Amino acid sequence: MYQLNKVDKKFPGVHALKAVDFKIGRGEIVGLVGENGAGKSTLMKVIYGAYQPDSGTVTIDGKAVRFQNPRQAMDHGIGMVFQEQSLITNLTVMENIFLGFEQQFVRFGVINWTAMAKAARHQLRKVKLDIDPSTVTSKLSFAQRQLVELAKVLTLEERIDGDLVILLDEPTSVLAKEEVELLFSLVRELTSRASFIFVSHRMDEVLELSDRIYVMKDGEVVDVVEHGQANIDAIQHKMVGREVDKQYYREQKQHPYDSGKTLVRFDRVSVAGKYRDVSFDLHPGEVLCLVGTEGSGREAVLRTIFGLERPSTGAVAIKGNPFHRATAQEAVARGVGYVPRERKVEGIVNGMNVYENMTLSQMGKYASHGVLRIREEKALAENWIKRLSIKTPDVYKDCGGLSGGNQQKVVLAKWRSGGSDIFLLDHPTRGLDIGAKEDVYDMIREMCDDGAGIVLVADTLEEAIGLSHTILVLKDGEIQKRFDGSPGGKPSPFDLVHHMI
Amino acid sequence: MATIQTADKAGTWVGIGRETLVKWAPLLVLIVLCGFFAAIEPRFLSTRNFARILIAASPALMVATGVTFVIIMGSIDLSMEGTVSVCAVSFAFCFLWLGGTLASWAWLALPFAMLVGAALGFVNGLIHVKLKIPSFMASLAMGFVGTGLAMVMTGGDRIRIEDELFRSLLTERVLGFPLMVYVAGVFLLIAWFIQTRTTLGRNFYAVGGGEDLAIASGLNVSRVRVLGYTVAGVFFAVGALLAVGRIGIAETATGNDFMFLSVTAVVVGGTALWGGIGGVWNTLVGVLIVFVIGNGMVVIGLPGYVQDGVLGILVILAVILSTDRKSISFVK
Repeated sequence: MYQLNKVDKKFPGVHALKAVDFKIGRGEIVGLVGENGAGKSTLMKVIYGAYQPDSGTVTIDGKAVRFQNPRQAMDHGIGMVFQEQSLITNLTVMENIFLGFEQQFVRFGVINWTAMAKAARHQLRKVKLDIDPSTVTSKLSFAQRQLVELAKVLTLEERIDGDLVILLDEPTSVLAKEEVELLFSLVRELTSRASFIFVSHRMDEVLELSDRIYVMKDGEVVDVVEHGQANIDAIQHKMVGREVDKQYYREQKQHPYDSGKTLVRFDRVSVAGKYRDVSFDLHPGEVLCLVGTEGSGREAVLRTIFGLERPSTGAVAIKGNPFHRATAQEAVARGVGYVPRERKVEGIVNGMNVYENMTLSQMGKYASHGVLRIREEKALAENWIKRLSIKTPDVYKDCGGLSGGNQQKVVLAKWRSGGSDIFLLDHPTRGLDIGAKEDVYDMIREMCDDGAGIVLVADTLEEAIGLSHTILVLKDGEIQKRFDGSPGGKPSPFDLVHHMI
Repeated sequence: MATIQTADKAGTWVGIGRETLVKWAPLLVLIVLCGFFAAIEPRFLSTRNFARILIAASPALMVATGVTFVIIMGSIDLSMEGTVSVCAVSFAFCFLWLGGTLASWAWLALPFAMLVGAALGFVNGLIHVKLKIPSFMASLAMGFVGTGLAMVMTGGDRIRIEDELFRSLLTERVLGFPLMVYVAGVFLLIAWFIQTRTTLGRNFYAVGGGEDLAIASGLNVSRVRVLGYTVAGVFFAVGALLAVGRIGIAETATGNDFMFLSVTAVVVGGTALWGGIGGVWNTLVGVLIVFVIGNGMVVIGLPGYVQDGVLGILVILAVILSTDRKSISFVK
């Protein structure tokens, strides 16, 4: 009944959806799986109206439709249950359920709360939640909030004629096992009222719940598997697919690391709520890659090394010295450089020029008694612009105006010129085009040759495997497996996925 | 030079980028205003009148310069009225106690007043940073504390400063302008030096441009913030000294009106309220715009109360112009 035909979506530099066909019938539960960046979220956004496809058609019962915004999609019976909870926590449950649709309870400009509470109770019964609709949302547990969200979407049933399609984006990520069971039985029951699209990175759950599974990779639907014929191994193979190109990741430049020295040592470190019992050593010349799904704890490990998270148990040592009072300043002083994922937010300062950005972490070296030696700063910037061939007209250029790749080079130059020898790279190639990615790979090899140690959270599994000496696979905050990534003996993406999900 | 070019291009706005427009708009507004008043009343352009404008503007310029640093950091300091009052009164007491003339040890009252300003700013910053109270609330409250303190110190009295040497700030003229204008100029240059040449100035921009990034670069953001308020306090004190020099009286009311004047001036000058953009030259232009409007209205014979309305409209226009609304989804 709901169908996408050859839907295409492009963003600058990314072909996010490539002629995707997708359909869902009445009362069906359809699973959607794929790696990070495979196009799942873009596809969902097209379905619930947040994005408009560049080409291709969307049809409901054979009639072509085009949604300008999510509200129009809702009017056609398509609702979304968001991964990040989209309830406003300081409002009551019923206010949340009818947010934006209060008009039906309004008489002479005044809301009839009794009527709204009655209607809200009716919605909550659909999801078998027995709570007072005038409870403030922040008092509910996560599982309860998830159900309220579902109830909110189910109000569509009364509002529109026709069928409902409800998207569930990672609905189980914050739930405990029994809660997941409850949610699943509820969803199965609700198929009498609506069809569901279920997105999760927990493969076993998708297999259990879905009638049909769409497997996505690089913006394409690479396979459609029916329930019963599904096999985890086969799906995982499809998800990761292609062979690793050795040349692309500069494997020929990967040299063995110096195992005699240790830059960073994690000894059974835990951060409450993020990860548990993580131990590893980082050596000079080593690229250590943390692999896992979103929320597996890999970012939290990076943030711990940089002093932004304080370990609840265990010991972190940097160059042999324990990290007592963890702060970012102390980390920087000990030679740790952090290249964050959100380049625009944490990487470069918009409005500051190239040399100002480069010396930001090391201004002390370019100042006497607080007065800056700008001439030296500029010389430094010019030197690194040449070394890394950063494309900028001059050192006065506002960094916000540079391309993503060049911004990333400025960030790397900032840390390298400051003498950092422990680099934390969080998705360093995200959003870069291929040429710029290769530049970053070259730089990683160069830094290793200079004796630096690198902790990497890569954008794709191929990148992780291609670049690293050591791979640690994390799942739900625990290290599942350690792989050796020496050239010639590298694991396949399939080996990794096995332990990730 | 660049100004004139922009003015020449005024007829062809289309060819000028938004950024260029935003950058030069305040100066352009100032020039247009001067032209407008001069066309109606030629005496507006006389040195005498300009001296009058600058005398009135000097104390406010110092206060506005101080608050500029805080606004560049993305915070706000509304404690200026209290701080100026306390600094002015402390200066007056100290000055009279030490002899009452600059030719004696009483000159120490000048640095003492600046120390008082620094201390008030420091406390203000600590309250904001350590107790995590929003800056507008912390500083507003500190301002009231200051006004109250000044009132307690003076008991509501006015303290006259009649030392001729100190009053020469106003009475002694060089090239038609009194000394206080030059003093303000020197402190403006110091502010410019802090802004462009010191790690502290750079840090203000880094914190205002991206606090997360400043932390991720290993900056001690709390320290930068507290220092920003401290520097602002020193400039408030200089503003207080000039204000006392101008009228020869220190009292609780010395600080009156500085809040609206200085924040208006900073915003009209083109410094963005969310931080990271702008600087002391913008503030100079902003202060001049505010005082040219005030003076010009009097010169062409409009009632004084119209100027508040005009200033209010100007603030809104300035913020409209400097806000890229596409990049902002919610405003609180």
